[in-house]
Amino acid sequence: MQPQRGTSRRELLNWLLGASLGSLCGAIVYPILRFVSPPETPEAATREVDAGATNDPELLDKGFKIVRFGSEPVILIRLAEDEFRAFAATCTHLDCIVEYQKDKRRIWCNCHNGEYDLAGQQVAGPPPRPLDAYRINLVERGAGARQIVVSKA
Amino acid sequence: MLAKVARRVEGWLEERLELSRARAFLSHKTVPVHRYAVLYYLGGMTLFFFLIQVGTGILLMLYYRPSAEEAFESVEFVMTTVPFGWLIRSLHSWSANLMVYFAVLHLASVFFTRAYRKPRELTWITGCLAFFVVLGFGFSGYLLPWNQLAFFATKVGTDIAGSVPVVGEWLLRFLRGGDRVTGGTLARFYGWHVAILPAAMTLLMGVHLILVQVQGMSVPPGREGEAERRRPMKFFPDFALRDLFGWILALGILAAFAALFPWELGEKADPFAPAYKDIRPEWYFMFMFETLKLVPGGEVLGVEYEAIPILLFGVVGLLLVLVPFLERGGKRAGAFAWMGALFLLYAVAMTAWGYRSMAPIWIVLATAVALGFLGLGTRRASGPEADR
Repeated sequence: MQPQRGTSRRELLNWLLGASLGSLCGAIVYPILRFVSPPETPEAATREVDAGATNDPELLDKGFKIVRFGSEPVILIRLAEDEFRAFAATCTHLDCIVEYQKDKRRIWCNCHNGEYDLAGQQVAGPPPRPLDAYRINLVERGAGARQIVVSKA
Repeated sequence: MLAKVARRVEGWLEERLELSRARAFLSHKTVPVHRYAVLYYLGGMTLFFFLIQVGTGILLMLYYRPSAEEAFESVEFVMTTVPFGWLIRSLHSWSANLMVYFAVLHLASVFFTRAYRKPRELTWITGCLAFFVVLGFGFSGYLLPWNQLAFFATKVGTDIAGSVPVVGEWLLRFLRGGDRVTGGTLARFYGWHVAILPAAMTLLMGVHLILVQVQGMSVPPGREGEAERRRPMKFFPDFALRDLFGWILALGILAAFAALFPWELGEKADPFAPAYKDIRPEWYFMFMFETLKLVPGGEVLGVEYEAIPILLFGVVGLLLVLVPFLERGGKRAGAFAWMGALFLLYAVAMTAWGYRSMAPIWIVLATAVALGFLGLGTRRASGPEADR
């Protein structure tokens, strides 16, 4: 009786060829996939930033300004002489930068008409979450107006 | 099940694209077999390295920033931080050099076997132009990492263009995008490197490859008898599989070079630092660079001495493109072969002189030996029983 053959020579060779081509493709595709996914770039953690004087003309005029907090924009709002607030300026809807409308006393996002109140809570439009609040400190530094220091809450 | 789906897809495509015609064409296409048949693989090899350049080049574009402030840093970021970034960039640099080398071999083999003869003049012309485009790729790509070496090499290279009579000044400003090599030059070179030259290359390669497919391989003069006697090789699958084997081998060698000898980045370009000692262009411009070093200052008839070798190299380029029309159906073939050989000898010698090294000569000799060996190999493989 002929012994039963499990695998013919052709099948084995085909398998070896397929496996080699497969690993070759893998060796090409894997580095490419890794290459196209951008590496994490650690950023220096920012704890607090100087946001300028309380009598900054931009603040007095428009009632707000956008401050750089590390690489994040923060909106600094002047409500009264000594009353300031700061929130993350990135709208929680789709990443636009919000503004403060002095006359309507609201935080407004022009991209999709998102509206937040002065506590950063979303009150109308599409935003799903409130804006993160930042802490404000007013410090004396020598003569002249006091300085606004914004820090992580 | 799977076979059924494949058949249906094939049928669908067939009704629309008439694939069977292409397949019939391929199945009838043959490649002549003779002593020099190994030279037929050089063009495909050049194409392979070009395709590697396209792939790795597109990947590098994902991170590269073409400005004087950021170019060096972005390449550094690719080399040090991006996963496999060092590999992709090294592959790009190594493959660029290998592509130029194989393009030179391909050009020389076509030149000396006179494959440009009627009816292949257009294939020759598109090939020559593609070769100049390759040199343009090399020259423009050299500057992109914005390191000291590249910065000064570009200053020198564009300054050379500036000494061409009449149009020199315009050419210099055109190349540099101003009077000096600045971030503006970098943006310009980047545009050439990733848009203009690729567009030109796609066009030239398209025509070149279609012509090669339609006209088939040329049999060198003197080998017609042998090609007649021996059974030609089927293009598909015999020639194509040999090509593929060569490509896989080339990929392995390329990957080994890139992994074992990653391309250096050097120091960031500083327009206000003195040029250091070993400022030099890429090896394939070395012989021209060395030639220029030998030329003394001065001028004759309002033309600077410096411009003379540049014009001569220009004339050589022009002669090269026009060879099929100038050799008069082979009457002057001998003279052209001698001129070509002398020019090659000069280029290799000057390159070796420029590097103060025998390496270029060894590399050329090793290539000749390897091609000779492979040529003998193909001769034996088909053997006398393959005669028809």
